[in-house]
Amino acid sequence: MTGELAIDVRDLVKTFGHKRVVNQVSLQVKRGEIFGFLGPNGSGKTTTIRMMCGLLTPDSGSGTCLGYDILKESAKIKRHVGYMTQKFSYWEDLTMRENLDFVARMYNMDNRREAVDEALEGLGLTERANQLVGALSGGWKQRLALAACMLHKPELLLLDEPTAGVDPSARRDFWEELHQLARKGISVLVSTHYMDEAERCHKLAYIFNGNLLVQGTSSEVIASQHIGTWAIHGEHLAELSEQLQRTPGIEQTVLFGTVLHVSGSNPVLLEKQLRQAIAGTSLKLEPMETGLEDVFIYLMKHTQVNGDKAV
Amino acid sequence: MTLFSKPGFSRWWSMVVKEFLQLKRDRLTFGMIVGIPIMQLTLFGFAINSDPKHMPTALIVNDHSEITRTIISTLKNSDYFEIVGELPDEEAGRRALAQGDIQFVINIPVDFTKNMLRGERPAVLIEADATDPTATGMALSSLNQVFEYVARKDLTGPLAQLVPAPPPFEARVQRMYNPEGNTHFNVVPGLMGVILTMTMVLMTGLAITRERERGTMENLLAMPLRPFEVMAGKILPYIVIGLIQATLILIAARLLFNIPFFGSIFSLYFATYIFIAANLMVGITISSLARNQLQAMQMTFFFFLPNILLSGFMFPFRGMPYWAQIIGNILPLTHFHRVVRGIILKGNEFGDLWQSR
Ligand SMILES: Nc1ncnc2c1ncn2[C@@H]1O[C@H](COP(=O)(O)OP(=O)(O)OP(=O)(O)O)[C@@H](O)[C@H]1O
Ligand SMILES: [Mg+2]
Repeated sequence: MTGELAIDVRDLVKTFGHKRVVNQVSLQVKRGEIFGFLGPNGSGKTTTIRMMCGLLTPDSGSGTCLGYDILKESAKIKRHVGYMTQKFSYWEDLTMRENLDFVARMYNMDNRREAVDEALEGLGLTERANQLVGALSGGWKQRLALAACMLHKPELLLLDEPTAGVDPSARRDFWEELHQLARKGISVLVSTHYMDEAERCHKLAYIFNGNLLVQGTSSEVIASQHIGTWAIHGEHLAELSEQLQRTPGIEQTVLFGTVLHVSGSNPVLLEKQLRQAIAGTSLKLEPMETGLEDVFIYLMKHTQVNGDKAV
Repeated sequence: MTLFSKPGFSRWWSMVVKEFLQLKRDRLTFGMIVGIPIMQLTLFGFAINSDPKHMPTALIVNDHSEITRTIISTLKNSDYFEIVGELPDEEAGRRALAQGDIQFVINIPVDFTKNMLRGERPAVLIEADATDPTATGMALSSLNQVFEYVARKDLTGPLAQLVPAPPPFEARVQRMYNPEGNTHFNVVPGLMGVILTMTMVLMTGLAITRERERGTMENLLAMPLRPFEVMAGKILPYIVIGLIQATLILIAARLLFNIPFFGSIFSLYFATYIFIAANLMVGITISSLARNQLQAMQMTFFFFLPNILLSGFMFPFRGMPYWAQIIGNILPLTHFHRVVRGIILKGNEFGDLWQSR
């Protein structure tokens, strides 16, 4: 048994029609770890998660989830894993209590009533427990789904964009709770598009077009790409950004209002070009730490270029 | 091998409860369960008659005599013909038929009486709008009786020799199980199968594709629920609903249509139960093929059509060519019709039913 790893999958491949959606993905998640799963839309995150919890059979590849074989022991995996689907998948024509109660019954929980009451209390929704779920706002649905998939106290949570559409304070609470769970030894794999959430994960993986490009802690991920980044402060940066994109030595510019992030893999050339570009203007140039977002955008653009070349 | 473990049973039961809760809140489906039987019963039971009477008939009379007057008055008195007027000639008759104003033109030609008295067996010409054979068939076959009656009544004394002697034997018909030839007796028990086919196949088909369409199937599958438990949980509520529908129809058959019930109610419910189960299987098959509720609906109607046409509900089974009978025999509804009519109208027992055709 792989005692230490909650998820250990190797070379997962899935093809839909002629499209290879997941290509040789290997992932290791330690117990008690919060693992962030990132990648642009359609990159294969959901598909990978579904293979890990036994909902989808990979075309090839193998692995274990909580020590159970993902190919042969999906029934056991389901019992110990909490999977929150990306699309809301509870019953809108049942009340909140009925939904939670149904889930509790599905896992044959003994202390059903208490567990449901507790979950409702945790959500702060005790008064609205008998309201139909269809009448909830999007964010509340999301929070209900979260509560429901944690109801049976799973050892591993697979959360597919759990905080999409959830307000900042609820998101903060949610991440607090995830860290508390992790401290208790529960492992979490969470897909997200939010950078602040990515930064709160112990480890990250970035998938693009079905290929896992990097995996590691956030600083490892940043270091792996060997890019330097500078910030330019000032007004009217859009034109500058466009101009810089055509400049050799500059691989990426990302505009954030009054700040322009400029990245390149050759630090000497990058600095030289930037100093030239802003010479004679009132713009302020300063070096900065490359952020996750810069790296992810860099990864995405670069792989796209490589992909184009390959075709 | 047991299909249900103890926790499995409890999960299955929760599925059933969930299904009923959802059904309770789904007004439209609920309305369908009660509405479809009532609507179909009313339509088929009250509106449809395969032995239509009082059909509009026009006369062209070119010979006025006592015997032609008797013919006309006898026609007037028969159930089948409603004389709406006289037309001057054949041309006008054709036009009226073409326009659909009338169903029959009865034409008594010139010199009818004279020719008859000469023993030439003149013809009364009847032109029928036979586009729908069911509409005209019974009326036309009643005509010979009308004429025989007229002949025996009017041709007396020396004219009696014109009337041919009846054959030295007669046919004595006993209409079994439905002495008055009442269409309801056939249609209403038949409707039971039709309604059950329609609602059972459609509802299971929809119930499962609905979970898929709304994404909740993904959730069900991610829980430790086995596919068998999902299916079994989906089926039970609809078996109950099917039995409720069957009961509604039986009550209506008794109270509204006065259909006699000769067999055992237990046999009937047992047969109904099996039939419902067969239909639910079809529904589940459909739901595993359909991607969404619309497709499930389309497939249901695709299945429903041969059921209606080839099962012997609409048209006599024995009138169908061999290949159609083979298809008909594959459909559960065909067998259910035989069984239901057997039990209700003939009082058949299981032994009879087993071999019934
Ligand atoms: N059942 C399916 N049949 C066919 N193609 C599918 C199916 N499921 C996913 N795909 C395709 O696989 C690719 C990856 O989809 P997936 O849902 O895994 O992406 P994702 O990374 O979760 O994207 P997002 O961030 O938008 O949720 C997409 O191109 C999608 O069209
Ligand atoms: Mg996704």
